[in-house]
Amino acid sequence: MRTSSARTWQTAVLAFIIIGFIALALGGYLAPVTRVLMTPVINAQTWLSTRYILVQNYFNAPQDLGRLRQRNQELEAENARLESQIIELEQQLSETRILSALVDFARVHPQNRYVAASVIGRDPSPFVKYVIINRGSDDSLRRGMPVVTSQGLVGRIAAVTAGAGRVELIINPASSINVRLEPSGTQAVLLGSVTGELTLDMIPQSASVQVGDLVLTSGLGGNYPGNILIGQITSIRRLETDLFQTASVQPVVDFSRLEILLVITNFQPVDIAPLVPTPAAP
Amino acid sequence: MPVLIAFPILILLLIVQTAILSNTPLLQGTTDIVLLAVIAWAIQKKVDTAWVWGIIGGLLVGYVSAVPLPVYLAAYLGAVGIALLLRQRVWNVPFLGMLIATFTGTILLQGSTVIALRIADTPLAMNDTLNLIILPGLVLNLILALPFFLIFGDLAKWLYPETLEM
Repeated sequence: MRTSSARTWQTAVLAFIIIGFIALALGGYLAPVTRVLMTPVINAQTWLSTRYILVQNYFNAPQDLGRLRQRNQELEAENARLESQIIELEQQLSETRILSALVDFARVHPQNRYVAASVIGRDPSPFVKYVIINRGSDDSLRRGMPVVTSQGLVGRIAAVTAGAGRVELIINPASSINVRLEPSGTQAVLLGSVTGELTLDMIPQSASVQVGDLVLTSGLGGNYPGNILIGQITSIRRLETDLFQTASVQPVVDFSRLEILLVITNFQPVDIAPLVPTPAAP
Repeated sequence: MPVLIAFPILILLLIVQTAILSNTPLLQGTTDIVLLAVIAWAIQKKVDTAWVWGIIGGLLVGYVSAVPLPVYLAAYLGAVGIALLLRQRVWNVPFLGMLIATFTGTILLQGSTVIALRIADTPLAMNDTLNLIILPGLVLNLILALPFFLIFGDLAKWLYPETLEM
């Protein structure tokens, strides 16, 4: 009986001491003691862990390298695919902008019917200025139909096959177009050249022509519809001894960057050659 | 085989010419790789289909171009004739023959074109034509003469293999 009472007391005292230690630890009174005791343990743990990680890396490194190389290849392939996608989208965006401008042009000129065509090549001879388009007689294109862009006049169809057409540009040396100058209303003839420059000829000496005047098709001669913008006068040459004035014209169309063109399909060119008097005719 | 292979090669060169090279002029002059191919083929010894290549090349380019077809046909055949003549004369220095044939062939083609356009009443300023088209085109053709000579030399060796004499 006495023995069991003593044990109870021992247990109670032990519990009291433990609770006291816990209370002291929770109160932060044992921190210096735990620090002194735990520091060597933590250092040993750190040392051991570091060595373990080094050994683990040593054995796992080849696998990781292979995985990284594979991942790198995957990412490079993905990067190349995305880059090509960006280029494709930029090209589509560029085409969309051009088509949008052409649609705007068609809305402004509702009296005409158009067929859009892409430029697929240029004449192999540098002496003549022609482009090849991807539409032909299968698309109802005919010789003589005018060709424009959203900026202005490009030229006219010179020849067609079933699936392609050849367009004579207005800068071709053999090209000559009857034009009207605005605002004066003066009639003149626009000539191409081998260098791609446009020259106005046959401007009457009495006409009042200024730098900056607009050049539009006049419709005379029956080769082109009237009022299509061609360009602007940049310089004028006037000599008292000449019969006519001449002028240089800056075209509104950039002929070195032609991509998509509009062919006016409802314009019928008129061949006035039989009406032109010849010396042999009565 | 040497005749049949002319079609895909010359058509491919014509596509490259019209789609790319005609868009990248030097001043206003452009190279003519179909002419170079015809000359480079004709200058190779053992080649016996040079005239046929000249006819095919002339017809192809003449069909695509707005320049009258007989001009290209005659100029290409003239270039082949010059190349064959030089092949016999300078047979031990074939690349020299290639250069001379390229020079004379280019001048022949461009001169014929100018004459034909003048006959057709196309106004051509001779000074601009010479400085901006003929001379730059000639330079480009001479620059490309070497690679064409080498490529068509290999093609000729493949189509006309050397035979060993016992």
